[in-house]
Amino acid sequence: MDDHTKNTVQKLPLLSIRAGPRDKDKWNERLQEELNALIRYVQVNKEQDNDWFYIDCDETGVLWNGKCWYYLENVRYEFELTFEIPVSYPTTPPELVLPELQGKTAKMYRGGKICQTVHFQPLWLRNVPRFGIAHCLALSLGPWLAAEVPEMVGRGVLTSFAR
Amino acid sequence: MNEEISADNPYSRLVALKKLGVVQNFDTIRQFSVAVVGLGGIGSVAAEMLVRCGIGKLVLFDYDTVELANMNRLFYKPEQRGKTKVQAAKETLEAINPDVVVHGYHFDITLVRSYDHFVQVLKTGSLDDSSAVHLVLSCVDNYNARSTINMVCNELRLTWFESGVSEDALSGHIQFMIPGVFACYSCVPPLLVASGVDESTLKREGVCAASLPTTMGIIAGLLVQNSLKYLLGFGQVSNYIGYNAWTDYFSTMTVKPNDSCPDSNCLHWQKVYQMEQLKKQSSEECDETVHSNVEAPIVHEDNEWSIQVVDDGFENGEQSSHVMEDKQKVAEEEQVGESYNDVLSQESLETQQLVKQLRSMR
Repeated sequence: MDDHTKNTVQKLPLLSIRAGPRDKDKWNERLQEELNALIRYVQVNKEQDNDWFYIDCDETGVLWNGKCWYYLENVRYEFELTFEIPVSYPTTPPELVLPELQGKTAKMYRGGKICQTVHFQPLWLRNVPRFGIAHCLALSLGPWLAAEVPEMVGRGVLTSFAR
Repeated sequence: MNEEISADNPYSRLVALKKLGVVQNFDTIRQFSVAVVGLGGIGSVAAEMLVRCGIGKLVLFDYDTVELANMNRLFYKPEQRGKTKVQAAKETLEAINPDVVVHGYHFDITLVRSYDHFVQVLKTGSLDDSSAVHLVLSCVDNYNARSTINMVCNELRLTWFESGVSEDALSGHIQFMIPGVFACYSCVPPLLVASGVDESTLKREGVCAASLPTTMGIIAGLLVQNSLKYLLGFGQVSNYIGYNAWTDYFSTMTVKPNDSCPDSNCLHWQKVYQMEQLKKQSSEECDETVHSNVEAPIVHEDNEWSIQVVDDGFENGEQSSHVMEDKQKVAEEEQVGESYNDVLSQESLETQQLVKQLRSMR
């Protein structure tokens, strides 16, 4: 993990409620923690002039949609981002999906789920229930984009995503 | 089950097990219902083995479709490409043995919206739909799905086997789970216990993973062999078998449940099991006039080769050390985050307001 990511993650509040979408009242408490952490994360990003995603959820807090972007040589590459909170959350992290990138890189599972098993899952497992969606974005999607976007740009498969 | 020994009887060689006195009650297999979750390289082969053994009913779950990339493993044929795995498997299995009732469900068990359906199907999965399936085989390829199966089985007190093959295709494992009796999947991640193999190296579908029909066939064989032993009550059911193809090393062990397991249902069944054991013990004490709690060390008459039993540290030591390690890490992480807890407690906004706030930051 690079120092910048580490410093940013340390600024995020840790979550305390161990509850998933089936836990009704407790899920609402957990959802509030999630939203607070996300709001804090976006604030930190904006302060550092490093805004790189926006995200929104449905009324149940289960379905999430948004966009994420990555700058490379002054070109902004922007992608749709979507995921569902799994029934086993927070024991297991959400699987982040970049549907438009399916088939464009080997570091991806079917349906456009980014490959987060090796670098991220073990870290998540050690931090249940303290890590939430914000941590997942910071520690899984962020590093994934940093590694994969330059590689894909190099192969010329991202020209249609340049903004 | 037709007991005639003839070339025209598909059960002929199975009935021979009975006639030879190997498995006296083999025909009772017709009464059992087994759920197979995940119809990939392990699940599809395990299902075929059970069908050929004459299992009563199979309940299949998978959300995937057959692809040409599956052809390096057994069971599916190229012409089935594009069909759901559930549909393709059902057709093949019913053709092999029409006596077996095969129910298939094509959905993703890890989604919140499918969970109740999943629970309901398992709960009413017996041959006459009046009770639960007798055994669940987890043949999935990812941590989320394994955790979901663990959750359901702990909720319903279902006996199940976990199985898996590593991402490099050259090692695998099976683990037997009875809620409260053995470690569940949340008590301690199985592969971590086994060999220090990280959970993250578990194979899953996608371009990242390698697979071989050999390793998957071996694991499917071990899985169904132990399922038959459990269902029909012969031999000894292994709690854990690890297989390493590099050296053909097989490890077996017993993993006890973790009394600080994060799954509350697991803890509940642990207590129930302890009560059941105490009851059993006290009734045995009543029966016997002499009873000792302390197990006497076994002394053999001769020991020509000076063989000693050495504690491998697995049963207690190794397992708890992983748990301890994790707890230590947890404690360290908590310290890092402490200073931000007060930020959280000051925020007491309603969820919807928070959603609005997040939206406005776009």
